[in-house]
Amino acid sequence: MNNTLERGMGAVFFLSAAASILAVALICGFLLVNGLPIIFKTGPLEFLFGLEWSPTDTPPAFGILPMIAGSVYITAGAVLIGLPIGVLTAIFLAHACPKRIYALIKPGVDLLAGIPSVVYGFFGMAAIVPYTGNSILSACILLGIMILPTVTAISESALRAVPQEYYKGALALGAGHYRAVFSVVLPAARSGVLAAAVLGIGRAIGETMAVIMVAGNQARIPVSFLKGARTLTANIVIEMGYAAEQHREALIACGAVLLLFILAINISFSALTRRKA
Amino acid sequence: MNCFEIKDLHLYYGAFHALKNVSLDIAAKNITAFIGPSGCGKSTFLKTLNRMNDLVEGCVIKGSVQLDGEDIYGGIDLSRLRRRVGMVFQKPNPFPMSVYDNIAFGPRTHGVRKRYELDAIVEGALKDAAIWDEVKDRLKSPALGLSGGQQQRLCIARALAVAPEVLLLDEPTSALDPISTGKIEELLLALRDKYSIIIVTHNMQQAARISDTTVFFLLGEIIEYGETETLFARPANKRTEAYITGRFG
Repeated sequence: MNNTLERGMGAVFFLSAAASILAVALICGFLLVNGLPIIFKTGPLEFLFGLEWSPTDTPPAFGILPMIAGSVYITAGAVLIGLPIGVLTAIFLAHACPKRIYALIKPGVDLLAGIPSVVYGFFGMAAIVPYTGNSILSACILLGIMILPTVTAISESALRAVPQEYYKGALALGAGHYRAVFSVVLPAARSGVLAAAVLGIGRAIGETMAVIMVAGNQARIPVSFLKGARTLTANIVIEMGYAAEQHREALIACGAVLLLFILAINISFSALTRRKA
Repeated sequence: MNCFEIKDLHLYYGAFHALKNVSLDIAAKNITAFIGPSGCGKSTFLKTLNRMNDLVEGCVIKGSVQLDGEDIYGGIDLSRLRRRVGMVFQKPNPFPMSVYDNIAFGPRTHGVRKRYELDAIVEGALKDAAIWDEVKDRLKSPALGLSGGQQQRLCIARALAVAPEVLLLDEPTSALDPISTGKIEELLLALRDKYSIIIVTHNMQQAARISDTTVFFLLGEIIEYGETETLFARPANKRTEAYITGRFG
């Protein structure tokens, strides 16, 4: 009786764990089956590096380099803005902040994570776009703010996980508080900070709604940070409503490319952390 | 010559009276051992000497601690104090960086920037700590790849690199095997001509082997101190005798 129960529970846990794997497999399968044909029909190089995206022309052109460039620029800019601010916030929270101020800032930062992205979009339209226009820069600033809670939370817990002995060892050599934190504790937490960066990149490259609302969405290679750009995610959302046949497949292929980006980020991250450890 | 002169020192952790009326002169260029059972205050006392107790919340200190005649609880510059009074911890704590950067950390903190100066300091410190031959070909490798005993000698080298006058060691061999322990003891004996060494130890044989002076702590008080040989051969106090003959502790 007990044995049956044990085995039964084991099966329950296994099935629960299998659900995630199954979901990932189904998503990958869907993207490949629906997206691959159009990639090969257009030619993989032409699809990835083609400069022209005019899916409704005859004949249509399916070059997604403008969107890849848009995603890369906007994500890079967001990380450039959000990572330093987030890491510095984490250092402040973990190593400089009086308890009373912590009780104010910590929930504040956490709350940032809970704000729906459409609300961020509105904020961007009202508070950022008037100064920097519908542009890459606007999207970078907005996304930089959006990844703050992720970067801050992960970096803070990484900093707190660093053994006190390192900090004390640095003080015992005559280092001041901030010298100890910046040159011993922070480097010791580097794999966690790297993880924060990767999760931030993941969040930024996948963000859709807020970006659409401030980035301008022109499907052409951006020439300036003050010009508009369209990301892969924006491309899918904007056109999915009226796309059919090849056009629809091309949008799904955009999703596949996006997935490849995330995969590449994750793999390079785990390679990095494994080498460091 | 004394390096430290301590008078009427009281230390409280919140309501707990951890050190009671401690007065002690510690000789320079000597090895002084603090012994006593767990919780007797010997480590706490050691940490008052480079003010590491400042990190403990609710820690209050009364009395005077003088280093070469200067009150270290007066307006002294903490960085300068800890440069003069180095510390080695119970658990080896090399930083997660290369061997070289570990040793260079202290000098860099105190403003040494020139490559050739750092090179010379690193080599000198590693040689003084008798670990140069073992690491000279792996200065750029992570310090955490060394064995426990090597890590502890690296930590000693790191402390020596800022040219301290006093070296505090808080049970430096309690996490090490007997062979590594032996190497550290040899090293300390070799260093005693150049540095004032103060070591907290649980191991009475260790105190007897290497120290010139032994101080016996019990329940936050100094019960007895004196020349190591005398203290172990003819303890004046009944409780010292009971402790060193293994009847408690």
